Amino acid sequence: MSTVFIAFQTNEETRPIIEAIELDNPSATVHQEPAMVKIDAPDELVIRRETIEEQIGREYDLQELQVNLITMSGHLTEDEDTFTLSWK
Amino acid sequence: MDTPVNKKKLSLKEKYSYLTRDLAWEPSYQSKEDLFPYATYEGIKVHDWEKWEDPFRLTMDAYWKYQAEKERKFYAIIDAFAQNNGHLKITDARYLSALKIFLQAISPGEYAAHKGFARAGREFPGVGPQVACQMQAIDEIRHAQTQIHAMSNYNKFYSGFHAFADQRDRIWYTSVARSFFDDAMSAGPFEFMIAIGFSFEYVLTNLLFVPFMSGAAYNGDMSTVTFGFSAQSDEARHMTLGLECIKFMLEQDPANVPIVQKWIDKWFWRGFRVLGLVSTMMDYMLPKRVMSWREAWNIYGEENGGALFNDLARYGIRPPKGWADAGEAVDHMSHQFMLALYQWNFGTAFHTWIPSDEDMEWLSKKYPDTFDKYYRPRWEHIKKMDEAGTPFNNFGLAKLCQTCQLPTVFTEPGDPSTLCHRETEYKGETYQFCSDHCCDIFNEEPEKYIQAWLPMPALFQDPLNGDLEAWMKWVSLENGSDNGDYQGSHDQTSFQKWRAMTTSN
Repeated sequence: MSTVFIAFQTNEETRPIIEAIELDNPSATVHQEPAMVKIDAPDELVIRRETIEEQIGREYDLQELQVNLITMSGHLTEDEDTFTLSWK
Repeated sequence: MDTPVNKKKLSLKEKYSYLTRDLAWEPSYQSKEDLFPYATYEGIKVHDWEKWEDPFRLTMDAYWKYQAEKERKFYAIIDAFAQNNGHLKITDARYLSALKIFLQAISPGEYAAHKGFARAGREFPGVGPQVACQMQAIDEIRHAQTQIHAMSNYNKFYSGFHAFADQRDRIWYTSVARSFFDDAMSAGPFEFMIAIGFSFEYVLTNLLFVPFMSGAAYNGDMSTVTFGFSAQSDEARHMTLGLECIKFMLEQDPANVPIVQKWIDKWFWRGFRVLGLVSTMMDYMLPKRVMSWREAWNIYGEENGGALFNDLARYGIRPPKGWADAGEAVDHMSHQFMLALYQWNFGTAFHTWIPSDEDMEWLSKKYPDTFDKYYRPRWEHIKKMDEAGTPFNNFGLAKLCQTCQLPTVFTEPGDPSTLCHRETEYKGETYQFCSDHCCDIFNEEPEKYIQAWLPMPALFQDPLNGDLEAWMKWVSLENGSDNGDYQGSHDQTSFQKWRAMTTSN
């Protein structure tokens, strides 16, 4: 098992995104650090557009993630609906 | 009312293909070899550039949209910071030493990376990497600019920020970062990508930007957090490019594997040496510390690097040769480097200081196996000398490593009480090194490294001829203001005075 992670700036735009990630990834651990939030998950982490849209109540383009993204680890696969990091 | 037209929206994949792949063309009146003359001499074999997949699938239109948003956010905060005297909200003016090192050594590296990616984007024959390198070249110049803009506000009030360009070119401790980028830029495009895209971006920038920027937030420095995180939002894309590039090389031809491995060995160690500066900033220069250099290494070095090299093992790649030595050195490097900076602080354009009792308690807790045994006694001795009115200054100069350009202040693996020093002879000249790994790097390409410009010999050459005062002038170091101990410095007295004015009339 290897850990994948993603980190965002702490702000009002990322709060519902992090909630969406927690909903979709029950095995993820969220670390609140000064000015940033780092989310670790074993082997794989999936971010779903639909879940974010339910949280924020509007349409969302997953590429908007880049504005508040700090860092990540693992191989990335991205399409319209999902943003996946994995070591598989 | 107009009938709504059902426009078919392109999928992300299609859009990426139209706005990237379709920008390329087959040359008709020039050969590919003439167009891309640097694509083959390094020995990397590429059979199909179409196999290059940019996982972010970012197209230029989306790129400009998101970058513009980042810039607007950035400058709004920088303005607010200046308007509200944000510089008086930091924990303590000692913190500024870390920023001065950042501005003198790291920000010029961003500019160098910009030049390197502009060149790599021109030299790669595939359109996927051309577009990705072009974006990264623009990112890197943005980073250099936003960092200089953010820190220019401190330059209005504090010493040591005024001549970063001269100091990048001439002062001694910045040449470790400068030579790293010069070495990368004078390599071929594939090696450049391993150096910057993979080793620096993927394996090492997390250690620089993530815990250090979180530390800036912890120390009340809103402007640095802002440039740091704004830059870091691009880094995620850069890391992905670095990882993509290495996978692409390894998958294209098995003959690429040993070449890539050699570059990983070299550039991991080169990068690790640059991080010597960062370890000291984190362990000694942040008045409020988020985590120790050791803790940051455990997360972003051991754990993250470990996961990466586990993954690359399927291609026959092993962890870099210096990996184990680096893991051991992490418990020593910040202490050894801070002791070096302190004893030569007449020649640094930032302040150093003797750690307080409280600082030493923290260090001994974070480094239980090394600090009390090897470093506390030295600081206690230096403290006694200072109290006796004879502060410890070392006016002798250490040998410089011909590869990484750091003074040879690090110790032998397995023996922290003996200085590590290697030398080799090449064409009748003797060259000095800080470690086996730097010596090995030299031996692979001696003709490259014998041409290195080293900062110390400049002091002894005409017209300086060993004159320290003339040297200070040449490196734009204001003696008595930029350098020396923090205790009694202009920065200390100004900060205390101005801060007191914020709470009283």
